[in-house]
Amino acid sequence: MQLTRRHMTGALAALPLAPLLGGCGARTSDMLTIWAMGNEAASLPALIKGIDWPAGAPPIAVQPLPWTAAHEKLLTGFAGGSLPSVGQVGNSWIAELAAIGAIQPVPAYAKRLLSDQFGAVVDTNRIAGKTWGVPWYVDTRLQFYRKDLFARAGYAAPPPEWTEWKAALHKVKQVAGDGNYALLYPLNEYEQLTTLALSAGARMLRDEGGRGAFSEPEFKAALAFYKSLFDDRLAPRLSMAQISNVWTEFGRGYFSVFLSGPWTIGDMKTRLGPERQDDWGTAANPGPGGNGSAAPGGSSLVVFAGSEHGKAAWDLVARLTTSGAQLALHEATGDLPARRSAWSAAGLMRDPAVAPFRAQLEHATALPKVPEWERIVTEMQIVAERMVRGQYSVDEAAKEIDARADRLLEKRRWMLEKGRTL
Amino acid sequence: MSAVGRASETRAGWAMSSPALAAILLFFVLPAIASLFLSFTDFDIYALADIGNLRFVGFQNYERLLENPLFWKAMTNTLLFVAIGTPFIVALSLFAAMLVNSRWLAWRPVWRVALFAPYVTTLVATAVVWRYLLHTRYGLLNYLLSFFGVPPIDWLGSPTASLPAILIFAGWKTFGYNMIIFLAALQTVPRELDEAARIDGAGWFMRLRHVTLPAIAPTVLLVSVLTVAGMFQLFAEPYVMTQGGPAQSTVTILYFMYEEGFKWWNLGSGAAVAFLLFLCILAVTLVQLRLAKRSGAI
Repeated sequence: MQLTRRHMTGALAALPLAPLLGGCGARTSDMLTIWAMGNEAASLPALIKGIDWPAGAPPIAVQPLPWTAAHEKLLTGFAGGSLPSVGQVGNSWIAELAAIGAIQPVPAYAKRLLSDQFGAVVDTNRIAGKTWGVPWYVDTRLQFYRKDLFARAGYAAPPPEWTEWKAALHKVKQVAGDGNYALLYPLNEYEQLTTLALSAGARMLRDEGGRGAFSEPEFKAALAFYKSLFDDRLAPRLSMAQISNVWTEFGRGYFSVFLSGPWTIGDMKTRLGPERQDDWGTAANPGPGGNGSAAPGGSSLVVFAGSEHGKAAWDLVARLTTSGAQLALHEATGDLPARRSAWSAAGLMRDPAVAPFRAQLEHATALPKVPEWERIVTEMQIVAERMVRGQYSVDEAAKEIDARADRLLEKRRWMLEKGRTL
Repeated sequence: MSAVGRASETRAGWAMSSPALAAILLFFVLPAIASLFLSFTDFDIYALADIGNLRFVGFQNYERLLENPLFWKAMTNTLLFVAIGTPFIVALSLFAAMLVNSRWLAWRPVWRVALFAPYVTTLVATAVVWRYLLHTRYGLLNYLLSFFGVPPIDWLGSPTASLPAILIFAGWKTFGYNMIIFLAALQTVPRELDEAARIDGAGWFMRLRHVTLPAIAPTVLLVSVLTVAGMFQLFAEPYVMTQGGPAQSTVTILYFMYEEGFKWWNLGSGAAVAFLLFLCILAVTLVQLRLAKRSGAI
């Protein structure tokens, strides 16, 4: 073929498109890439150096993601076919990633990774009879309370039974003085209400997650108890944005109890004034008949469905979740180990602020495992806030949450009918 | 010109414009049609996993949106931004343009650069600085207000102050661009007209109303059409400054679409929001054009 000027012009015009063609080819990589978030991502490179990775295995590359964008990044990564081999995934996202087929179930030869774990955490990752991720670190929420104010009210610790707990809060509020409250339950956070609901034994969804169960007596009991805390003026009707600084307000006694996770231990030590360091403690959640429950949190390590390094990827997960590796993670980040044996090895039970977390984890309950859950629980809180502000009665609120949940679950019911869900 | 000549000219015209037309077709028209189609389906994460899970739902997405209180809240917020923000920004940028155009101002190029700078700086970086300026206790704005005896305002934390706070920020961020357009227009206004009016005894405001404004009327129209479209598409400001809060007081229609589409991954419903937004912008622009035609601006 003779090159004419027209051919040359055409070729030149098409030149900018060339990189697009390059992008079309299959992406292969010799690296075993792992996506991780926040503090964990920052400490991973050091942790990986300590795991004795075999010489012939593919080299490991860590790509950090910010927590705030991680969920969207995982979904867009799946949509664009650019997920890596291994990833850190929040336990509450497992259901969603499993439903769309983005992650692999733990293969039979790696089942041993699931022993020596907290039951509720493993249960969170179990969907349709398969387990989809290996717990890496765990957390849950419980009460942080002012020891001194409870002592002045005549209690060594918050009582574990709802009625007594509430009676104690009344006394604490009196001790704390005018203008102060006993409890901080921000109206824009759903964790407080879900903790009460799990403690009351509510299942929240029924029919294989196809419909809301918010009108069942257990949930209504939790909802009524939640409302009564505001009606009795034990908790202020506030959202988190109106609290400028939780530590200052807690230190001043504006509230004496709030719900949070293990990350708050470090904050307490650094942000609460030195004169208040002996005045705070942690305690497991109360329930209607004593000893409440909580939702298990934390992250798991997963292997993505398209991983080219199947065996090596699971090998990496196994090495990062050994007792020793989790201990190293705990030392680097303060995260609580997912393995029970690591707790005893680290002597965590001797730390009075950490020990209640162990008790609470043993009394944890998995939340419903449907991809729509996050949105349902957001709607639940919007209705609950309106109830607290007087727009709904308890019965009306329960009915409204059910209606909203049922609307969000419409697609899931259709999927269940067709047998297309996991 | 002969028929043959005309035909070949037409052909050449098409040939010349076809690359541009092809790009417009490929990157603007086709995606728009695809998203219109998408808005009649229930594309969500289930469909992302397996396209067999996609259902054609007709107008259901639109019906549900119209029933959704948050959608109306977002719509109201956006219309407030348009109704208050457009005159505010147009007036601000016209004022700035007249300022940097006036002869008595020293260092005019420096002023032009300084006032244009906010438009070209990164939004996220400026938003971080503005969050400090608007801080309830440590912010410069409340400090300045305190000289006038105004008690501190919780700019980004109270549902009533958050909308004006975002407006002030958005106005500061975008007026520079409009200012440049106005400046170009102002420089075409003959100085003789202005001077003639002055000799006839017209004051500053009379000259603005009867000389300057009629001369730049088409530009005022252009700037307000652009600003209306910009205000309808306000997203990054509330996203960076308030995340739609407090109490959903700064959720705009585009922010609502982002949450629907990418936070909850309901792309079908998100596409429906996008189309309603398109219809809104189209309607308002048509009204603006009609008003402009009636007043003789075009």
